[in-house]
Amino acid sequence: MYTRIQHPLHLSMQFMLLFSRQGKLRLQKWYVPLSDKEKKKITRELVQTVLARKPKMCSFLEWRDLKIVYKRYASLYFCCAIEDQDNELITLEIIHRYVELLDKYFGSVCELDIIFNFEKAYFILDEFLLGGEVQETSKKNVLKAIEQADLLQESQNEEWGGLSEDIL
Amino acid sequence: MLPADEFSAFPASPTFSVGDKALDGYSKKKYVCKLLFIFLLGHDIDFGHMEAVNLLSSNRYTEKQIGYLFISVLVNSNSELIRLINNAIKNDLASRNPTFMGLALHCIANVGSREMAEAFAGEIPKILVAGDTMDSVKQSAALCLLRLYRTSPDLVPMGDWTSRVVHLLNDQHLGVVTAATSLITTLAQKNPEEFKTSVSLAVSRLSRIVTSASTDLQDYTYYFVPAPWLSVKLLRLLQCYPPPDPAVRGRLTECLETILNKAQEPPKSKKVQHSNAKNAVLFEAISLIIHHDSEPNLLVRACNQLGQFLQHRETNLRYLALESMCTLASSEFSHEAVKTHIETVTNALKTERDVSVRQRAVDLLYAMCDRSNAQQIVAEMLSYLETADYSIREEIVLKVAILAEKYAVDYTWYVDTILNLIRIAGDYVSEEVWYRVIQIVINRDDVQGYAAKTVFEALQAPACHENLVKVGGYILGEFGNLIAGDPRSSPLIQFNLLHSKFHLCSVPTRALLLSTYIKFVNLFPEVKTTIQDVLRSDSQLKNADVELQQRAVEYLRLSTVASTDILATVLEEMPPFPERESSILAKLKKKKGPSTVTDLEEAKRERSADINGGPEPAPASASATSTPSPSADLLGLGAAPPAPVGPPPSSGGLLVDVFSDSPSAVAPLAPGSEDNFARFVCKNNGVLFENQLLQIGLKSEFRQNLGRMFIFYGNKTSTQFLSFTPTLICSDDLRANLSLQTKPVDPTVDGGAQVQQVVNIECVSDFTEAPVLNIQFRYGGTFQNVSVKLPITLNKFFQPTEMASQDFFQRWKQLSNPQQEVQNIFKAKHPMDTEITKAKIIGFGSALLEEVDPNPANFVGAGIIHTKTTQIGCLLRLEPNLQAQMYRLTLRTSKETVSQRLCELLSEQF
Repeated sequence: MYTRIQHPLHLSMQFMLLFSRQGKLRLQKWYVPLSDKEKKKITRELVQTVLARKPKMCSFLEWRDLKIVYKRYASLYFCCAIEDQDNELITLEIIHRYVELLDKYFGSVCELDIIFNFEKAYFILDEFLLGGEVQETSKKNVLKAIEQADLLQESQNEEWGGLSEDIL
Repeated sequence: MLPADEFSAFPASPTFSVGDKALDGYSKKKYVCKLLFIFLLGHDIDFGHMEAVNLLSSNRYTEKQIGYLFISVLVNSNSELIRLINNAIKNDLASRNPTFMGLALHCIANVGSREMAEAFAGEIPKILVAGDTMDSVKQSAALCLLRLYRTSPDLVPMGDWTSRVVHLLNDQHLGVVTAATSLITTLAQKNPEEFKTSVSLAVSRLSRIVTSASTDLQDYTYYFVPAPWLSVKLLRLLQCYPPPDPAVRGRLTECLETILNKAQEPPKSKKVQHSNAKNAVLFEAISLIIHHDSEPNLLVRACNQLGQFLQHRETNLRYLALESMCTLASSEFSHEAVKTHIETVTNALKTERDVSVRQRAVDLLYAMCDRSNAQQIVAEMLSYLETADYSIREEIVLKVAILAEKYAVDYTWYVDTILNLIRIAGDYVSEEVWYRVIQIVINRDDVQGYAAKTVFEALQAPACHENLVKVGGYILGEFGNLIAGDPRSSPLIQFNLLHSKFHLCSVPTRALLLSTYIKFVNLFPEVKTTIQDVLRSDSQLKNADVELQQRAVEYLRLSTVASTDILATVLEEMPPFPERESSILAKLKKKKGPSTVTDLEEAKRERSADINGGPEPAPASASATSTPSPSADLLGLGAAPPAPVGPPPSSGGLLVDVFSDSPSAVAPLAPGSEDNFARFVCKNNGVLFENQLLQIGLKSEFRQNLGRMFIFYGNKTSTQFLSFTPTLICSDDLRANLSLQTKPVDPTVDGGAQVQQVVNIECVSDFTEAPVLNIQFRYGGTFQNVSVKLPITLNKFFQPTEMASQDFFQRWKQLSNPQQEVQNIFKAKHPMDTEITKAKIIGFGSALLEEVDPNPANFVGAGIIHTKTTQIGCLLRLEPNLQAQMYRLTLRTSKETVSQRLCELLSEQF
């Protein structure tokens, strides 16, 4: 039997995972403290569970004591875990708004954008969701914050030639 | 033997270095970023953390940003680095630069450890309510505080700020309101009184949103739905409270009606986002209506709305409607309305293609079940069970068993149902279920004859489930006499029928059948010899299974020696079972988590008090014992408190009881411990202790008043160390000034293995003594006990300070008070080599100032000792006298004890 992930206080989102159709994890955000081992175990189980589901199935499922809300966009699955009392539909739209933010920032985002600019994906997520709660739902405001940071980056650091180049 | 120099191969080197050269900020950032990338590809990263922490203090935004990202992705809230990170955060929070503040707040919200709560829980409320804080910072501060409150509610002080936070619900900026609402909701759950005023504010805010035109809220309108996230949050906040006062309540009811009305309007967009956002608000509104459970009109409207969704083409909506209706079913106002949808729901069982939706349908049938529809629902569930997914079969079995028992008017129906369960899904019928049917049959004499007849008939099937053999064996053993009058089920036929299954069954079932046989001996004297023959056969008396053999021997003996009276007494019919909570219900609770089932059950009980007494209400304590306590596990990695540092209070003195071998006594310091200790004053890494069995290595790093020490225990033997217990011992004085935290290590150290222990160190105030590390373990049969002084010395918290000659002498003069100066003249113990001396002074932690002293042979140093409470400036001067092979060392600091201690420590080095 699984151990329960329990919180004395209501918590909107427990974690968010992005993974590809091949099961490769592309982004992970944990809003509850868990050990690396547990994170890996959860990821492995969830990726398997979600990938096994057929396209027309519903976007919600019960998993352990949590509710999983997921949606597939092209080759990427976006998957959130919320608590029992939480609102599934609004979580589905959290996912969509995040995708819109990525899309707007990268200009029709694809999986490679998230792989090679993972730091941006995280920065955008932090502006949108903080501590598992929606912080700012206005697309304009979130992107403004990110653009300001980008300006700071350019003005401060001319020699920094873009992360992806360095990583490759 | 582990050679001492193998130490360099110890793991967890927390720093990068290319050769010995430190990296510049750009490279650090680059490598930290690469590490992150590697981590995100799924590999483990266990170094580089220190570099990321260093990046936090960078003035370059990008370096800082990557540092923070690394920390929030890779650092767990129980990491040892938190205190170092906290320093950087503190600086950024104080910077007044909104971008930096944002990064720092995001980091706190992402990591959210208790240490962070300790450091910032007082500060963040101030940022949140300060008039000049930017909106975006306010948003982050609100959610950051929320995270800390969840981690450590005790550390977030309630105060004046709470009323100002409530008024953020009126803020002009909807983003601020969104963030603040989450915070208020959580705070209100714990402190409802304090946040009571939020109810009316939330209602008026909600009212303004739901009545606004779809363009009013500009960018906060999402696919023609005004501020859906905020609406959901406000509705959620209202669920922390009972229905409000009449005035506010009228307004709220209007809001809820508006939301229900909008659901009926034609969609403004065909996009699924529009309908999702709109329905998200609707479902949350329905949750609130159910929570208040006081407006029959709204409840029935909600139910009708959900009824429409039951047949919606969107799978998601059907799923949610089924789920939401489960809670509606428990309200007395809407229970009947929910029941009208029974056909749709049973139909869903047959037609839904997604198992998770079918599961919801089963849940809803269970929730809407009462005496009026129990037979229909149980029949539907049983027929679904024939084809149900394996993953939910056990749960359906439990539900059917509970409903059948609870709503049985006629217990023959109950018995039939359970036997059907066993027939259809025998493998999923747990012990609890068949125990329960036996309990009920035994307790109700009106059903015993029927039960005996039914099991007898069921057993005649050529292949029947073993669970049926168990139930049949037990019931016939008790009540077989009730059907023995019928020649078709005479005692011998009953026995032969049971015995024909005997050899196909597992050991526990066979044991049960043997008991049935001996009961038959009592019930039916005419089959006694037949049964004795069976018991006497080799396959019983010489059975390899001890239990079976023993039963056969004893039962055979009992049947031969005992008189009829004694047999009748020993094998009397079972007495009725005491009424208690159904073990099946307990099992379902365990399966589904206590809250969901209990709520439903309680609601059901209230509604149907007249029915079957049902499962008795489980007192809170009973349900707590039958289900795992929620606080007990948390995956075992929650906030395990750090191991207590220091000895049990009784052993305050260190060197007591030298001769004792008892594990509680602390060994005297190991020989050579003092020398080894002195060697670590000017360095941080190396072997602290070594004997035939054990090697203790150290690696440590210090920053300002904080430090980390890795202790490596190497087992040099090929035998396990058992009960391996290292303990840090500080005197009371020392403990007040030096705080050490560590976790226990694994008590078993395999031969040739090393274990690592991390000690987090905080210098609260200056200190003189050193902590003692005591290690106790068993090696072979012998008890080992070793104590060494742990080289955590005051000079470790030095930060070097460069200064010009003029400054130095000016400060030197300022510290001319006699208490501030300590001087020591001593004989050189080592060759007087200039370079070595320089290296030692630098290793000691102070800056080595060149060209300050007019005499170039002298050495001059300066630095600052960092403690939590204060910083102490230190100047030192070392004058060698080659001819006399003597030194004169002078220390001047603002604190006498510091001068004294530093002088002692440094004097030992030359």
